[in-house]
This record gives sequence, C-alpha cells and structure tokens, in this order.
Amino acid sequence: MSPSAMSATRILALFQRYVFLHRRSLIRMFDIGFWPVMDLLIWGFMTRYLQQVVSTPRAQVVVFLIGAIIAWDIHYRGQQAVTISLMEEIWTRNITNLLVAPVRLWEWVTASFLYAFLKVAVVTLILAGLAKALYAFDLARGGWAFLPLAGSLLLFGWSIGLTTAGLLLRYGYAAEALIWGIPFLLQPFSCVFYPLESLPRWAQSIAGLLPSTYAFEGLRRTFQGQAVSPTMWLGVIGLNVLYLTLGVVLFVWMFRRARADGRLGHLGQD
Amino acid sequence: MANAVIDVRGLTHRYAKTEQPAVDGLDLEVQGGEIVGLLGPNGAGKTTTLHAVLGLLEPTAGSVRVFGRSPIRDRGAVLGRLNFASVDVDLPSNLLVEECLRIFAAIYNVPDRLRRVQELIQRFELEPLRRQRIGVLSAGERMRLKLCKALLNAPDLLVLDEPTLSLDPYMAQKVRQLLQAIQRERGMSILYTSHNMREVETFCDRIVFLHRGRKLAEGSPSDVMARTNSRSLDDLFIRVATSGELFDVA
Repeated sequence: MSPSAMSATRILALFQRYVFLHRRSLIRMFDIGFWPVMDLLIWGFMTRYLQQVVSTPRAQVVVFLIGAIIAWDIHYRGQQAVTISLMEEIWTRNITNLLVAPVRLWEWVTASFLYAFLKVAVVTLILAGLAKALYAFDLARGGWAFLPLAGSLLLFGWSIGLTTAGLLLRYGYAAEALIWGIPFLLQPFSCVFYPLESLPRWAQSIAGLLPSTYAFEGLRRTFQGQAVSPTMWLGVIGLNVLYLTLGVVLFVWMFRRARADGRLGHLGQD
Repeated sequence: MANAVIDVRGLTHRYAKTEQPAVDGLDLEVQGGEIVGLLGPNGAGKTTTLHAVLGLLEPTAGSVRVFGRSPIRDRGAVLGRLNFASVDVDLPSNLLVEECLRIFAAIYNVPDRLRRVQELIQRFELEPLRRQRIGVLSAGERMRLKLCKALLNAPDLLVLDEPTLSLDPYMAQKVRQLLQAIQRERGMSILYTSHNMREVETFCDRIVFLHRGRKLAEGSPSDVMARTNSRSLDDLFIRVATSGELFDVA
C-alpha cells in the first residue's frame, strides 16, 4: 500500500470513529438536532416580532437575523467539532492509543475537519429546511456568494478549533472552559446580528481583525441582493489564511511542548 | 547494542515543577524476542520510561532508540511496528467491540483486516461480546480487548503496562499463556510492567528493578534474587519499598 493510501485509510478510520459517536449518544444527537434548532426557533420568533414592529424597507435587515443564526452555527459547530474530537479521546481515555499509533498529526486534523464539515452540512440542511418551513426564509436567497462566505466561517471555526485543541493538549482539562468560551468571546465582535458601523470605534478595531466580521458583512449584503465588495473578499480570504496558519502552528507547537514536558502521556489522567 | 529492539542510554527526565528527576541516567536494552519486566514501587520511573520508549515524551537528557530509530523523529516508522496496552488507557466506550478493533486495524493499516480481527476475537474469547458496547464490558473483558488491539498489527515490540491487574486469576493465567504463545510464534519482544511479582518471576526472561528513577538491579529473576539475597521478588520489592535499599548492579 502506498503511503498516501495508508494515510487515507487512517483518516477514514478516524472520521468513521467520530461519526459513530452520534449513533449511540443522545447528547451528541442534541448537538445536531436540538441546540441549533432551539437557536433557530428563538431568533425566528424574534424576527417575526421585529418584522411586525419595524417598517419597510428596514424589515429586510431584520429577516437576515435568521440567516445570521444559521451562518453563526456553521462557525460555532465547526469549531466545536474539531475540539470535541480531541476532547472525546481525552474523556474516554483513548488518547494514548492514538498517540502511540502511527497516526500523523495532519491525519488527525484532516479527519476532524472532515467530521466538522459533515456535521455542519447536516446542521445547515436541517436549519435551512426549518427556516423555510417555519419562517418562509430561503437560504438560497443569499445566492452563490453564500457558499464561499459560509465556507469561510467554517474555515475560521477550524482555526479556532485547532487553537483550543492545542491548548487542551498543553493544559489538559484546565483548558476545557476555553472550548466553550472562545466562540462567545468572538461573537460580539463578529457582527453576526448587526452591521460593523453600529459598533463603537474601539470594538470596530477588534472586529476588523476577524474574518467572521467580513463574512457576516458580506452575507448581509448578499441577502439584500447587493454584491460583496472586493475589500470584504480580501478580508475574508486573507484573514482566514492567516488564522488557519496560526492555528496549525500553535497546535503543533502545543503538541511538541506537551511532549517535551511529559504531559502528553498523562492526558485525561489529571 | 546494534540489534537491540530498545536501546536507551542515560535516559533522564525531569517533569516541570519537580526537584527529583522521574528517571535518572537509565540504561536499558531489550533484545529481539526477549520479555523484559520493568519493576519498582510507585514513582520508580517505570511509566516515564515506557512513555519515552513510546515517543510520548522527549527526555531531558539521554537517547532512546527503538528498532534503531528515534520514536520522536521517526514516529511513523517506529510506531507502526509496536503496540501498547495499559490498565490506565481505555478504548472508546461508545464503540462496539468489533467496530473498535476494525477501526484500529485500519489505523494500523493491517492487511486482511476482517480476518485478523476475527482471529483475535476468537483467540481472546471475545466472540459473545463482539456486538457489545465497550462501555458495558467488565474490567477483565476490557483488558482482553485492549490486548486484542495491541496485537492487531502483529507488533515486533509489545509494551504492556500492568496488563493483568484487572483480571481474575484464571483469566490472568490464560492471558499470560496466550501472550507467551504469541511471543514464541512471532519472536516478539515484550517490555512489561507489573506489581505481581510471582507473575514476573514466571513470565519475564529478564527484569530491571527501578527505584526513584535509577536502576537497582538487572538480570534474570532468579539471578536478581540470588544477588540481592532475596527469597522472592516480593521480598525484594518490599525491602526496596520500605528502606530504599540499594544493590550493586552487575
């Protein structure tokens, strides 16, 4: 078997292991079918209410709240899937079995990215279907630009996921709070539900450093039938490349640090 | 030695925020087809040594070679030829017995995976449990499954950390016999830790006795007992644990 075929087999095996997690776990199924749906219901009813009290043409902006919560879920579930793949191995004390197997870091990362992609695709399809049925909100209204913008949110989720996974390797359970906390730290500055110019100046400076800000700004435009500006595309692509590179570097560095100080063999046992 | 499966020279490792090194200048060799027991009281440095051999830690000083290569720099090549089972390391509790073995067989790129999984399930008497979730298995059943996983890739080196701790005497004996049979068939090397001194006496070709990160004695079990004037390895163990008594290393 060629080295690339061997890598593909390992990636597929790890991917399968993470997909199997959902078969016998109600908690994992909640992650796909319950929490995202609850988010959609809350923001959907909120949108309905705002539509009644806001006069046109501003109502158009309100409708995007539903699109925003679906797009935020793409980022959030993408990040969670990557980190929880590693967390799951630590929780079940299986991590050492993988660390002493001939699995390369990039193979594990690829498997967790694939798992995140599948999870996000399923969640998005469910939410898009429900949004159409319950609120007559059509995700396809975002046009073709929706796909690369949503993809960029997934990419940013992977970058954050790798960072939190690296922290887990380095600090073990002590870093667990970060997995849940970091997305909510980023959310106010990502301009998910409001435009960039509505933020105070200091917050705009932070928001300008996040690819998610440009993606949400772009999505708002596409849902209003406007084109995404080249500046926005530049922000989305450039910052995603930067953060993904930083995420990979940090993950590898944390792995090496954990190995140097002997923490790697004690993950899940502290 | 050129043909040593494991060749550890001057291994020293100090964990962060600790004064004493966990392992201090340890030399260790394991030859092809040899069963070597790594013994010592808690905190002797056994697990740290195993972790260094498995590439889970980078020594503060000294060198570790497995199959003549570094388990850190040549990770893929080294780890593909060895395997590991420990009482402290579990398999994914939400997978079924058979699917867990299939997944690990794929991870190790085992040829003819289904046949190999079937063969090991039968050999370790796990047939009635193949569709059981791992989370509901008893400690003994889990350990047998871990050993199946550890033998999937027909390793040249098997690293075992307390493999019979959770087994009842009957199953412990059966597992020892099985491991010895497989070891003889394949000429596999085994590096082994256990607190069961009687087991070590019968199972290991050679023992390395550690205390506070240093080697106290090395040789065949009978040789070590003779040189240390011990009636048994249990006797030696208790003397070391209570007094930290040092012995000359031959």
